[in-house]
Amino acid sequence: MADITLQGKIIIHGEAHGTALVSSEPLSFWGGYDWKSGEIIDRRHMLSGFIAKDKILAIPFTRGSSTTTAVLLEAIRAKTAPAAIITTDTDFFFALASVVADELYQLSLPLIALAEDDFARIQTGDKIIITDDGEVLIHT
Amino acid sequence: MTLILSAKDHEMLRGEFGPATKMAMSIVARMAEVSGAWELLDITGAHIDSTVYIGEAGLEFAERLAGLGAKVRVPTTLNVSGLDEHHWQEWAVPSDWARQAYRQMLAYQSMGTIPTWTCAPYQAETRPSFGQQIAWGESNAIVFANSVLGARTERYPDLFDICCAITGRAPAIGLHLTENRAGQLLFHLVDIPKQLQQSDDFYPVLGNLIGKASLDKIPVIDGMVIPPDEDRLKAFGAAAASSGSVAMFHMIGITPEAPTLEEAFHGNAPIETIPITMDSLRESRRQLTHTDSDQLHMVVLGSPHFSLAEFKSLAPMLKGKRRHPDVKFLVTSSRAMTLLAHKAGFLEPLEAFGAQITVDTCILTSPMLPAEIQNLMTNSAKFAYYAPGLLGKKIAFGSLEDCVNSAVTGRIIRDESLWLT
Repeated sequence: MADITLQGKIIIHGEAHGTALVSSEPLSFWGGYDWKSGEIIDRRHMLSGFIAKDKILAIPFTRGSSTTTAVLLEAIRAKTAPAAIITTDTDFFFALASVVADELYQLSLPLIALAEDDFARIQTGDKIIITDDGEVLIHT
Repeated sequence: MTLILSAKDHEMLRGEFGPATKMAMSIVARMAEVSGAWELLDITGAHIDSTVYIGEAGLEFAERLAGLGAKVRVPTTLNVSGLDEHHWQEWAVPSDWARQAYRQMLAYQSMGTIPTWTCAPYQAETRPSFGQQIAWGESNAIVFANSVLGARTERYPDLFDICCAITGRAPAIGLHLTENRAGQLLFHLVDIPKQLQQSDDFYPVLGNLIGKASLDKIPVIDGMVIPPDEDRLKAFGAAAASSGSVAMFHMIGITPEAPTLEEAFHGNAPIETIPITMDSLRESRRQLTHTDSDQLHMVVLGSPHFSLAEFKSLAPMLKGKRRHPDVKFLVTSSRAMTLLAHKAGFLEPLEAFGAQITVDTCILTSPMLPAEIQNLMTNSAKFAYYAPGLLGKKIAFGSLEDCVNSAVTGRIIRDESLWLT
């Protein structure tokens, strides 16, 4: 049991907490995320079958389809989105979904980028707290 | 770095160009800030991927903009919708779903756009020119525009493309800027037989492999002995933009910004040099098939949309043949290409074969397949990549000829000869 505190770069402000769901492999939400259930459905992805709803989803960046943003926006509206997403750099596709959700519904999804070394310290199952000033607290 | 907006950008933000432009500019400016841009630039064309109906939120976004009177400021083409507008009733599309998808079509059409309804806007007369600044959505169209045409777009998602079209502005980031268009990874073909490079299934397999290895880097491919035509570049790019985040590639001696290795890398050294061997290609080909049975219910071609040249090469392959009665054979294309193919007489052999054609949409974005269809075959790596997750179907990948032969025989058969050597 150890607590780790990492300083992330705030992409979209916000507090969140939840259990980590982590992959080093990028993901397309179109064909990869079922916004009706929050399940990861890319059958070639290592997280296939996991439910990301209300989790702290950590994936380095999006791959593939332009429709990833639209799928994440549906998930935010339907309350099936992750509680927050951690990436290794600014991911335009995720950020846009959060910005548009704010514009349309005054809902936002916190997004944090961590340096690659820090990102690698998060494991699936860790309890994570993201603070408003971009700190990522990990309770393993 | 702080974002500095022009006087006109500020006027748009204040609402002096109307409420829709204000909303669009507010999204463009916020995203420019998020992505670290220090200014916006003018664009002179846009392609809207947001036309794909996913659910209520996307529809509410479109209708909000349309309701505020949004009009595009630059020539703007539309990507596939969820419906073949005039023929959706021939398929299993639920009518309430169709109603929503149709509302989304109307919303985007009301903004003064060109209703092309295609994921291959580069096949039409609106195709951008070398060096043109554009804002395109649709991953396969983005990679084609940047790499094959030398036009300049960042890898834009749905919902942002339309905001750029309404404001005529985009953040000055990424692939809009010369310095970010340099190659990063070098892929070198090692002893890949010329015969295989002449085969159409080589390109999606290579794209799948390179996308997976490049992720978000710009790959440079060297050692191609056959200059691929546009449809092969389309298949290659669509594959690389599915298995990876590739928004631009260079092929030495083939794509316009890569006459030489030095020019492709802007004089820098590659981050890494990766050999492409027969073993790695065989593994990539194997990954594209997601079934272990030879059962076949349907062949799907045209992902991205079938071009006129593809209709032309398919037509003679079908002459005198007929599909197996238990196998459907579908080609998806645009209205424009289908009309040209019809005028050229390329559609008659398709009809005689028992093929179906659908326009405006894509099987991946429309719930058109009846439940009893479970086993699909395609020549598209993009389709093979997404079908298991999006449709929950089994998928086999093969060449165009494999697809035709399988449709005739009624079970999946593939010519392995070129892949064994």
